[in-house]
Amino acid sequence: MKRRSLFLISAMVFGFAFLYVPIISLIVYSFNKSKLVTVWAGFSTQWYGALLQNDQILQAAWISLRIATLNATVAMALGTIAGFVLARFKRFRGRTLFTGLVTAPLVMPEVITGLSLLLLFVALESIIGWPSGRGFATITIAHITFSLAYVAVIVQSRLADMDESIEEAALDLGARPLKIFFMITLPIIAPALVAGWLLAFTLSLDDLVIASFVSGPGSSTLPMVIFSKVRLGVSPEINALATILVALVAVGTIIAGVAMLRSQKVRERDVQMAAADN
Amino acid sequence: MASSTTFSTFEPWKDPAEKPYVCIDRVTKKFGDFVAVNDISLDIYRKELFCLLGASGCGKSTLLRMLAGFEEASSGRILIDGMDMAEIPPYERPVNMMFQSYALFPHMNVSQNVSFGLKQEKLTGQVIKTRVEEMLELVKLTQFAKRKPHQLSGGQRQRVALARSLIKRPKLLLLDEPLAALDKKLREHTQFELMNIQEQLGVTFIVVTHDQQEAMTLATRIGVMEEGYIAQVGTPTEIYEFPGSRFVADFIGSVNSFEGRITVDEPDHVIIRMLDQDVDIFVDHGVSASPNARVWAAIRPEKIHISRTDPGQARNVIRGKVKEIAYMGDFSIYLVELAGGRTVRVTQPNLRRGDPERITWDEQVFLHWLPSSIVVLTE
Ligand SMILES: Nc1ncnc2c1ncn2[C@@H]1O[C@H](COP(=O)(O)OP(=O)(O)OP(=O)(O)O)[C@@H](O)[C@H]1O
Ligand SMILES: [Mg+2]
Repeated sequence: MKRRSLFLISAMVFGFAFLYVPIISLIVYSFNKSKLVTVWAGFSTQWYGALLQNDQILQAAWISLRIATLNATVAMALGTIAGFVLARFKRFRGRTLFTGLVTAPLVMPEVITGLSLLLLFVALESIIGWPSGRGFATITIAHITFSLAYVAVIVQSRLADMDESIEEAALDLGARPLKIFFMITLPIIAPALVAGWLLAFTLSLDDLVIASFVSGPGSSTLPMVIFSKVRLGVSPEINALATILVALVAVGTIIAGVAMLRSQKVRERDVQMAAADN
Repeated sequence: MASSTTFSTFEPWKDPAEKPYVCIDRVTKKFGDFVAVNDISLDIYRKELFCLLGASGCGKSTLLRMLAGFEEASSGRILIDGMDMAEIPPYERPVNMMFQSYALFPHMNVSQNVSFGLKQEKLTGQVIKTRVEEMLELVKLTQFAKRKPHQLSGGQRQRVALARSLIKRPKLLLLDEPLAALDKKLREHTQFELMNIQEQLGVTFIVVTHDQQEAMTLATRIGVMEEGYIAQVGTPTEIYEFPGSRFVADFIGSVNSFEGRITVDEPDHVIIRMLDQDVDIFVDHGVSASPNARVWAAIRPEKIHISRTDPGQARNVIRGKVKEIAYMGDFSIYLVELAGGRTVRVTQPNLRRGDPERITWDEQVFLHWLPSSIVVLTE
């Protein structure tokens, strides 16, 4: 008994250490005075200052954020439509094919997706002259094609949970299908849309492989810049950048968590209130 | 004569001049190979409260959904007020439906839920407001107007669903198991409310239920369904007292049925010889059965008398031994074992408290009944 719990505790310690020691050391070394990553020479925030001077990184961050935002928004819209079709149109010709096409990017190796998109863009350029060269637009389109699949799956599963007779009731009360979609269905699945948007946003912000295939000169995304810099050696500047990213993600997660907890509490209180009146 | 109808003599289906409001004409619905609704024809009249009754999976909801326009009939026609509904989408039918699951809009509060139907019509805000207030008054939900559905109890939600389906003043209201989720008291209360609403607003109701008690209380007529087709249509009394088949007799209330053979077949009476008992059953009305056909003499438990002494009649009497007694409060159920080993169910009202004369376990008793109490059923 004693030995087993000892085993469990050490397994847990190792597990967490494996996950978090690299991140913590990264954060700690971002405040290192020394330019050598492995030698501690006292506390300093100079690398954060240097980051603000580094045009290459700032530009890449700005591109990444714009791509991520645009991608998340478009993917949410298109993915919602795809998810709706998957969930609500039970039988139509080619449904299986459509399902396969929508969800394939989930399992497709990124290298393949990236390569095939690159070939597509090149072919398009030679045939219709668009897109001329590769850059912001091609990266965004590439990101949309694969994040759309994630949104579609999230929306589809949310719709599958939703009682279909709610939509039938609206139909019965005289509302037309398009109006029902916007007035009934969308508000009900809104949390899934938010989740889909956030997921698409992070997927885009994270992506290195696909972006590398379809980007062009002057349109390097943040992961691409980080990756190319790290290949020349880890610099404290990159540590500082990574720390900022970790902080952003942590803050976002905490805000989402608190919001969810609060809405759950409100809900519980409402339910108790309803029970008390009877 | 039909113009001076009061509630007790409301029988438009007997009046040949009356036009049915809903006409279901040989409607069949198939899901793939499976026939969910099988060649049903049904006429329902204005201001009726028609109950569809049947076991689970017999096609009640499917029939209702075809009336509302959510399913398309595989063949046959549905006419509402003389108009063929085939090409008419749900949002243009003069029909509203209350869903078994209530299907309230979770993101809207009670008054938004109720007003949703009116907002689809071209009405001014003031009209909508007054009508919503009236409707909330009717279902006694005024103080809950600002609550969301998840803040309501089951019974309150059910009333919201009812109000929402009533507010458009539909000519035809379809209720799919409207009271299934309520406790017994609230259910009875709501049944009476439903009947009130119907009298106030003059709506035609079609109510699906599998609770036969509810159907008996509510309905002007009942349609009993069995595996996709209509087994019998009639008033609650007709269905109960004159079931047309063994299925209906069994489904509505409980019944004792004795298999036998007709030995005497006269226009004004028949005599049936019981198969497994040395007993003749005398029936005081004629029967349309081919001679020597297998028939069942069905009799309701409350129409059998039970006594210690021989009633002194040659027919319509069986001897047996009391096997089991169940005290139900207002009445008791006796299970009486006959010679062959089969049991007969008899109910007797408990007229006196602590009756010392009461028949008890293992007593030898005589069971007897009136010649008019028997219903003769063929296969
Ligand atoms: N969309 C569908 N596809 C295939 N079969 C269906 C579909 N809808 C209903 N059925 C079948 O049709 C039959 C009748 O269903 P229906 O919902 O009308 O039953 P019901 O009488 O309302 O039963 P319950 O009392 O349980 O609600 C069932 O056997 C059901 O499995
Ligand atoms: Mg049903």
